[in-house]
Amino acid sequence: MQRVALFVTCLVDQVMPEIGIATVRLLRAAGCEVVFPEAQTCCGQPFFNSGFRPEARRLAERTIAAFEPFDAVVAPSGSCTTMLRVEYPHLLGDRPGWAHRARELAAKTYELSEFLTQVLDWDPPRRVAGVRVAYHDSCHMCRLLGLREPPRDALRRAGYDLVEMQEPDRCCGFGGLFSVRMPEVSNAMTAEKLAQATDTGAHVLATADPGCLMQMRGLARERVRIEHIATLLAASLEA
Amino acid sequence: MVSVDDFRRKAAEAIADARMQGALERATAKFREGRTRALAELPDADALRDHFKRVRAATLARLAEHLETFEQNALAAGAQVHWCETAEDAARLITALAAQHGARLAVKSKSMTTEEIHLNHALEAANVQPVETDLGEWIIQLAHEPPSHIIGPAIHKTREQVAALFSREVGRPLPPDDVGVLTAEARRLLREKFLAAGIGISGVNVAVAETGSVVLVTNEGNGRMVTSVPPVHVAVMGIEKIVPTWRDAAAWLALLARSATGQPMSIYTSVITGPARAEDPDGPREVHIVILDNGRSRALASPFEEALQCIRCGACLNVCPVYREAGGHAYGNPYSGPIGAIVAPLLFGVEAMSGLPQASTLCGACLDVCPARIDIPRMLLEWRAVEVERRLVPWYERVGERLAAWVLAHPRLLRLVRRLAATGQRLFLRDGQIRLPGRWHPAGERDLPALASRPFRDWWRENA
Repeated sequence: MQRVALFVTCLVDQVMPEIGIATVRLLRAAGCEVVFPEAQTCCGQPFFNSGFRPEARRLAERTIAAFEPFDAVVAPSGSCTTMLRVEYPHLLGDRPGWAHRARELAAKTYELSEFLTQVLDWDPPRRVAGVRVAYHDSCHMCRLLGLREPPRDALRRAGYDLVEMQEPDRCCGFGGLFSVRMPEVSNAMTAEKLAQATDTGAHVLATADPGCLMQMRGLARERVRIEHIATLLAASLEA
Repeated sequence: MVSVDDFRRKAAEAIADARMQGALERATAKFREGRTRALAELPDADALRDHFKRVRAATLARLAEHLETFEQNALAAGAQVHWCETAEDAARLITALAAQHGARLAVKSKSMTTEEIHLNHALEAANVQPVETDLGEWIIQLAHEPPSHIIGPAIHKTREQVAALFSREVGRPLPPDDVGVLTAEARRLLREKFLAAGIGISGVNVAVAETGSVVLVTNEGNGRMVTSVPPVHVAVMGIEKIVPTWRDAAAWLALLARSATGQPMSIYTSVITGPARAEDPDGPREVHIVILDNGRSRALASPFEEALQCIRCGACLNVCPVYREAGGHAYGNPYSGPIGAIVAPLLFGVEAMSGLPQASTLCGACLDVCPARIDIPRMLLEWRAVEVERRLVPWYERVGERLAAWVLAHPRLLRLVRRLAATGQRLFLRDGQIRLPGRWHPAGERDLPALASRPFRDWWRENA
């Protein structure tokens, strides 16, 4: 049995715990022992993206220390996974003692759908039927991690009918603090995204990123249901 | 000055302008599709981009040497070369050249560099009338507007708006639905200008060191009119617009047209190597090449050096989701879009352009399409770090970020703050969303999620 440390991400912990709960259930159903290191808080991405490097470094070091004892780290978030896997080695690259530890964490960190399909080759016990889903590629996950197929693969394995929107990798408009610094531009971007999603006739718009999810839900109202892939995939456990 | 608020305000105007949104969406979509198609036609576009990135980096590593070779060869071909450190130096020099030749009318072929040095203002102040001869540039000149796109300066205008501008210029109504009539009128009017001009001013798409030549690409032929009809031609180039050899220029031109408009090559590619020789039937008697620094050399050997690899194709603008909503005018300088957000702080100072590095979600679409694979998102992050260091972000953000990071580094404190916030938010909760009074609401019409009644870690303690 594989032992997996869950990086739940601060947004999931504080605002959308149901995504974390679904992630635990999925990993357990896929045969993993799940551990939740309680010292974890935030990966530091909001600070890094805003130019607050010392703050980002401090949180990066905390996160590295919290996850060092484990063999695999899984996060239900494309952008936080990117932070751990791509940005930590950059951020701590010239820090004696930390550069090596950052690279070690990077090498064993996975995004949830990537871990399920590519590491575990997971197939759900039951399959969902008759639900049409469009998948929104979150920017960091598809461009910096190159993960376009795993979330789609996982959704298909769970039985969902996947439909593609016109520009699945067009940014949803979140961008962390960008969404409050420039709300007009941010919301206009989200509106475009939602229009492209509803054009597909999908019942649900899925994403692997809690940030995108929060952003799109904020404007979607009754137009389209927006779900995290973890909760969609967990639905297949009891379909 | 372009602060976050300036960008926001201008962008909001563009978003509210349905006509402009339609024009922007149509034009950028056309450019995007063209680029995708044109690059797919190459045997290995990605390999060519990798090669080109290496060529650009290697050229910048020995920039001074290549520029000196260029100067020697340009002088040998009979051109005159001028080195200008600042925008003012360059504008003063070109205005003096016009005066020296008694020019009253200057024809110009699209050049962002002359836009950057405010050349038209300087010429007008010296009583020389500048006329833009690129159709798009001419349109915005008639509208008294700055360009809104690096290669499609009038991208934000509809056909109806263009017809209205041209009608005013010719003094009779022109039909908005007949592009043939509109372009024929433009051609007729501009021909008169070409013949009457005392000086022709152009930009430089690429300069070739091994022969001292400058290369100009256009789709309307106006470039060759500007550089060959008037008796004097002045070409203005940034120091970075150089390649050592024609082989490198070929890669540049192949990627430029494909990335910009989706063409295998632009319709006209003019090569200028010195003035007309005795045996030439036409051509300028004098060619002046202005080599402009204006802050560019500061980028060398800095985290922003890669920005100098840009060949101004505009591909990053066309894919940028922020540009596509905000339009080019929000950027408040000739260089809009993602690359503009890197270049403008370099040229005009990050203090003056502090809003631009913030005008991005760091989505990375620009990096996907850049022919030189310039890592724009990474440089945006660098600018943001510089802004924090130089205290260019508001005090409440600095305090807020530092406070938040401190709380997040102490899980017990986080638990306490969370409890207080969860109690506090009850005052503003409706249907599970936080509803703040309009003025205090940070996200416009977007709903904000509430803190969960129980965080994940509490669930975990019971279900581990």
